[in-house]
Amino acid sequence: MASTPRAQALTGAEVVRRAIEGGRTDWRSTAFHGLLVLLLVLTLAVLAWLLTVVFVNGVPVLAERGVDFLTSPLASNPAEAGVGQAIAGSLWLMLFVVVLSFPLGIGAAVYLEEYAHDTWLTRLINTIVRNLAGVPSIVYGLLGLAIFVVALGDIIGPGATSGRSLIAGGLTMAILVLPIVIITSAEALRAVPGAIREAAFGVGATRWEVVRSHVLPYAAPGIFTGTILSMARAFGETAPLILVGAVVGGFNVEYDNIIGTLQGRYTALPTVVYDWARKPPSFGPNVYAAIVVLIVVLLLVNALAIYLRNRFEQRW
Amino acid sequence: MKTRETVPEAGKRDEREGPTIRMMTSQTLDESEQIEPAAGGARGALDFAQDQVVFDLRSLSCFYGSFRAVREISLRVPKNKITALIGPSGCGKSTLLRSFNRMNDLIDSAHIDGSILYHGVDLYADGVDPVEVRRRIGMVFQKPNPFPKSIYDNVAFGPRVAGYKGSMSELVERSLKRAAIWDEVKDKLKEPGTALSGGQQQRLCIARAIAVEPDVILMDEPCSALDPIATLKIEELMRELKENYTIVIVTHNMQQAARASDYTAFLTMGEDRAGYLVEMAPTQDLFTRPEHRLTEDYITGRFG
Repeated sequence: MASTPRAQALTGAEVVRRAIEGGRTDWRSTAFHGLLVLLLVLTLAVLAWLLTVVFVNGVPVLAERGVDFLTSPLASNPAEAGVGQAIAGSLWLMLFVVVLSFPLGIGAAVYLEEYAHDTWLTRLINTIVRNLAGVPSIVYGLLGLAIFVVALGDIIGPGATSGRSLIAGGLTMAILVLPIVIITSAEALRAVPGAIREAAFGVGATRWEVVRSHVLPYAAPGIFTGTILSMARAFGETAPLILVGAVVGGFNVEYDNIIGTLQGRYTALPTVVYDWARKPPSFGPNVYAAIVVLIVVLLLVNALAIYLRNRFEQRW
Repeated sequence: MKTRETVPEAGKRDEREGPTIRMMTSQTLDESEQIEPAAGGARGALDFAQDQVVFDLRSLSCFYGSFRAVREISLRVPKNKITALIGPSGCGKSTLLRSFNRMNDLIDSAHIDGSILYHGVDLYADGVDPVEVRRRIGMVFQKPNPFPKSIYDNVAFGPRVAGYKGSMSELVERSLKRAAIWDEVKDKLKEPGTALSGGQQQRLCIARAIAVEPDVILMDEPCSALDPIATLKIEELMRELKENYTIVIVTHNMQQAARASDYTAFLTMGEDRAGYLVEMAPTQDLFTRPEHRLTEDYITGRFG
């Protein structure tokens, strides 16, 4: 166009205007853009469908039975069965994670990041931890079965539970999330710039003072976010718990002291969902209601993690 | 020295001209191979009175693993003076500086050979506590690195860990005043140090370094991230500080060395990429009548 005689007669500004206005349709960009939107819509549609089914079927049960559903024990009659024991069991498991995995995992991360020298052994350990985080949870279930139920069963779960005690479940969960806690904490520690450590060392701080006064405080929001998310992971895990004896079916033993509770039988929310889903169709609405409870708790935990991160995160 | 007029763009120019300089230096080396091993150089061991010597480097080499970054440097750093270390990128200036307060200890693979005597005491002898060394030999880094804490806490951290007993607020005020930043921050001591401008942050870092009452302040290209006005403020500050402190500064900026320092050591690197000392002299002498070809080439290359 520009080379035709007519175009040459135009003023300079007109030539430039025509050149930069283009006017061609970039169909490849448009098509790709459309494809991406389609993929996103598909993904969201599946998710929305899933949530709709769950909530439509589950909320009526919750609305009808209210607190009764949340506090009732397991039972063979769906109209009476509730998730009280399951919520208690899941909270207990989370407590195990908080009390055992957090200090152990954060401690290990601080050691690996701040104290350990960069040797082949440190690198090996880092690699192993990374791989452990990717090990399927059922494998941890087998580990828990072998160690806590079979080998140590007589100590931590004597009597009627034959080793399948709350302690066994809690310890298994704690081990399951330990690598995740280590990795997320290590990442948070690594995000603290070396310049900050140098600044602190530069005014004559010891390694302990550097870690305590600077590295840990600045990494804390990241560490907490990661650990809270790992707690959510423990809350949602099912497979290992089935192996280490979360009860499916029902139990109605009341424990009046903490030792009894720890050594006794237990169940957890996802386990109950799994169990009820195999029961006759009359349990259907209960399954959905239990899933709603599970999802709401997980959303709350994740929301807390996001809030903490946004509120306290240190930007460099 | 016509260089003074080109001060404002000096910082930027350095980076652009880095590679050119390096090429030139290695060319020169090929021609004058025989002079290279003369570590310490004729003027490296300046004749300072014994009680005026703060650092006495004796054939110091610094290694990272098997790589030798600095080769057999012998020089003396005089008391209450500003000593500048200049030379092309990668010639080991920063490595050398960081060996003065055992900062390189923090890097696992780093080790040294030879010795550094600090007031006659070997810094790397068994039983020397690097934490104590760093309390006496403070450091200001290339990029301002205030803690993400209040201005007050930035300054108070060092004295606190050193177990300072006196009035902390007086010490903080005194340090900030000496670092010539008090007037700018006195009304916002509780605000985060990271909220200050780059130049203010660097002066805060200087205040933090002098709050522990060190004997020496090491500065690793303290102005490389700053604009020319902030740079001049820091240089002015250095001149005031040398009344009480010995200052060693690594700079990429020769004009800065010429302006601000009393003595200048010129380092370059050999073919094995190990940095070595070409010569050290009173700054005036080094810049006006360098004894060494390499020095002259480097200086004139810059001044071109």
